[in-house]
Amino acid sequence: MGTVIVVTSGKGGVGKTTTSASFATGLAQRGFRTVVIDFDVGLRNLDLIMGCERRVVYDFVNVINGEANLNQALIRDKRVENLYILPASQTRDKEALIKDGVEKVLNELKQSFEYVVCDSPAGIERGALMALYFADEALVVTNPEVSSVRDSDRILGILASRSRRAEQGDPPVKEHLVLARYAPERADRGDMLSVDDVLEILGIPLLGVIPESQTVLQSSNAGVPVIMENGSEAGAAYGDLVDRFLGKNIPHRFIMTQKKGFLKRLFGGS
Amino acid sequence: MGLFESLFRTSTNKSAALAKERLQIIVAHERGSRRGSPDYLPALKKELLEVVRKYVPVDQSQIKVHLDREGGYEILELNITLPDEEQRHGRD
Repeated sequence: MGTVIVVTSGKGGVGKTTTSASFATGLAQRGFRTVVIDFDVGLRNLDLIMGCERRVVYDFVNVINGEANLNQALIRDKRVENLYILPASQTRDKEALIKDGVEKVLNELKQSFEYVVCDSPAGIERGALMALYFADEALVVTNPEVSSVRDSDRILGILASRSRRAEQGDPPVKEHLVLARYAPERADRGDMLSVDDVLEILGIPLLGVIPESQTVLQSSNAGVPVIMENGSEAGAAYGDLVDRFLGKNIPHRFIMTQKKGFLKRLFGGS
Repeated sequence: MGLFESLFRTSTNKSAALAKERLQIIVAHERGSRRGSPDYLPALKKELLEVVRKYVPVDQSQIKVHLDREGGYEILELNITLPDEEQRHGRD
């Protein structure tokens, strides 16, 4: 039986879809059969980030409504073996994600996939609640910024009280912190919350720190998950994150400032 | 930032410390009204209401029980709004 992992945050624009795409890609690259589902009904975007937007025929809601079967709706990634995408519907009907229907689809996916990654929409409305309800584990994506940290704490509260595991009294959803858009030099200067600050406030284990990087935008422009950009810091950070998730003990990179020489400080700007 | 500052990093701009402090307060507060509220609160509220009702007719919605944590101790706040005649005198 596969494991269901929700990628969630509460706040929008912090990097949920970027993380979902790279996390799922990384799991598949390491040989695990992985499917990533877009739960953002009405605002489909995972397909763009994964670069498969022109191959969408049927979607998640079609499968729930019985208008298509899973094999028709799943898109096989052309670059990475073992990787499949289930796109969100563009319907404006926000109530389309019926709990029983979502459960049925997830159960079917768990039969044939080792990891089912659920890309949550922002907010705490139905789509977000459905994305986390059936989760076994959660990646909570947070930016080092007050509103994001507060919203993450809110989501942690919801995971602890309104997930199926909470409702049925099962062992709680396993929580992982993903701190994205981190700028070590700004944290060092004292004008950005540091990794330790965020950890102290949220109190959940750190899975990975993703440095602020131009490569994230460039790779989304191209529809390539940033983890496939091997040379980039963000790509390498996601690679480490996936390895850590799979149990490897890898020290955190990209959380320290690279020391600049005196002359560089003098002439090289910041 | 002036040249001197950029050279020697004497900047005193520590907005992150402020952010952390504000977050700790708001997050503790929101957790208090969420995870922190123990299981017995609804029952406590119901029983308190029953006792008060022995003497004064009070509506279900007129009793508020709130538990707060501050530092090492907890504060149980109980707020019962008594019916009309009291209200006229009490507050406007």
